[in-house]
Amino acid sequence: MALSRNISVSEASRPKLPRHAKLKFDETRQVWVILAPERVLAPDEIAVEVLQLCDGVRSVSDMIDQLTAKYAAPREAIATDVIAMLQDLADKGFLTEAREKTS
Amino acid sequence: MSDILTDGKALTDGKAATAPHDGLAVLEQRRSTAETFGIPLAVLAELTHRCPLQCPYCSNPLELDRGGTELTTEEWKKVLTELAEIGVLQIHFSGGEPTARKDLVELVQHASDVGLYSNLITSAVLLTREKLSALADAGLCHVQISFQGNEPMVADRVAGLKKAHEKKLDVAKWTRELDLPLTVNAVMHRQNLHQLSDIIQMAVDLDADRLEVANVQYYGWALKNRAALMPTVAQIEETSRIVEEAEVRLKGILAIDYVVPDYYALRPKKCMGGWGRQFFNISPAGKILPCHAAESITGLEFLSVRSNHSIAWIWQNSEAFNRYRGTGWMPEPCQSCEFKEIDFGGCRCQAFALTGDAGNTDPACTLSPMHEQIFKQAEQEAAAHQDRFLYRNFAGGTLETEGEHGA
Ligand code: SF4
Ligand code: SF4
Repeated sequence: MALSRNISVSEASRPKLPRHAKLKFDETRQVWVILAPERVLAPDEIAVEVLQLCDGVRSVSDMIDQLTAKYAAPREAIATDVIAMLQDLADKGFLTEAREKTS
Repeated sequence: MSDILTDGKALTDGKAATAPHDGLAVLEQRRSTAETFGIPLAVLAELTHRCPLQCPYCSNPLELDRGGTELTTEEWKKVLTELAEIGVLQIHFSGGEPTARKDLVELVQHASDVGLYSNLITSAVLLTREKLSALADAGLCHVQISFQGNEPMVADRVAGLKKAHEKKLDVAKWTRELDLPLTVNAVMHRQNLHQLSDIIQMAVDLDADRLEVANVQYYGWALKNRAALMPTVAQIEETSRIVEEAEVRLKGILAIDYVVPDYYALRPKKCMGGWGRQFFNISPAGKILPCHAAESITGLEFLSVRSNHSIAWIWQNSEAFNRYRGTGWMPEPCQSCEFKEIDFGGCRCQAFALTGDAGNTDPACTLSPMHEQIFKQAEQEAAAHQDRFLYRNFAGGTLETEGEHGA
């Protein structure tokens, strides 16, 4: 059922973009876009940076560490922002969790 | 299946409104009006007009392109490459029935290779599981399947094909098994609106992501069948109530897009987001059109990808695109109307079909001098219950026989 499709993001999640959402740099308009069914969205710089880390292998916790090192900001603050952002993207259907291979 | 993009709304759907956290903006919304004649983000490719179904509401033109005039595989590939180069991001493969083309997998693969996001708009009856799986492997991003009802009695009669409904249910299941996102497109009219609640439930049961409840738009074959399709005012009120209730109940489970029948609305739809503003369509024979019904307007010359002009040139400079672009061409009451930048005077094809002049205000608008008459006519047609269909085909249409009726 569709109910279970949206994930709940925690530090342990390993999110990635689902097949129907594609992150891409639009050369013509010089902006990053997310392509989704019937929609084209323009994520801001931070969202792009975080989305690029969502490869289904890296955990959210690793992402936060990486961003903490890069921006020299308190880990806690970054963690709150990153998780909120990812949860929002997940609720809109732009993130999913890497699927466990069954059988 | 060209019926779904009729108001262009879907392409720039503002529903993913910017929320505080996600840093997303809908691209179209950031663009100023001056920029809007830039290359469209999404293009509809009508690969063929051939179709095993005969829907009486089909929005294809009455004069269908014959198989022999269709662009070849190589021509379509060249078109896809060119579209990607000029900045188109999404390609909707439509028809007729796009899976009637034997080269569909190859075309989807080519779209993926040149970086286009691909969507298949299909009636599903020609698909096998193997074919669908090959399309998924070729990089297909999304599948939209049209349904004519929620059970075979009504659905197969509307489609004019036995066992069509059963097949659609199978294909919808395979789509989700292959982890492809699914949109259910339900075209609604007087003879199936009573099934709406069940159709919504069907979409949930099929694990669809989106449901489009699209009331028939009356041009092409649908205009010929208007008396058999036009809903009553009471039905429309009931429809809006059912959709609103379902939207709340199914939040987070199923997204519902609702296209209101404009004959009964106060103002016309923003057809295609405005003529030549953010959308074009390529016909099976390669003509670049402002909308899929545009060829119904006589007196406009549409250029083809087979001409010696580039697609971008045709979009920017051809007479047919510029004729009704913006607001300068508008007559009264549109010219001095505060909504002219909002609905751009409605649909040119509808204005042509109902008033004989594509340059008139769309009579769906209450301010049009013709509105009253057309509204009354729709009401009367709906009440008369003349339910017999004229089926869509290459022979100019076939009237439903008594025996078939209700079968
Ligand atoms: S006949 Fe029906 S399925 Fe075929 S193209 Fe027309 S609307 Fe679509
Ligand atoms: S008069 Fe023209 S611009 Fe005004 S609402 Fe009607 S169609 Fe739209």
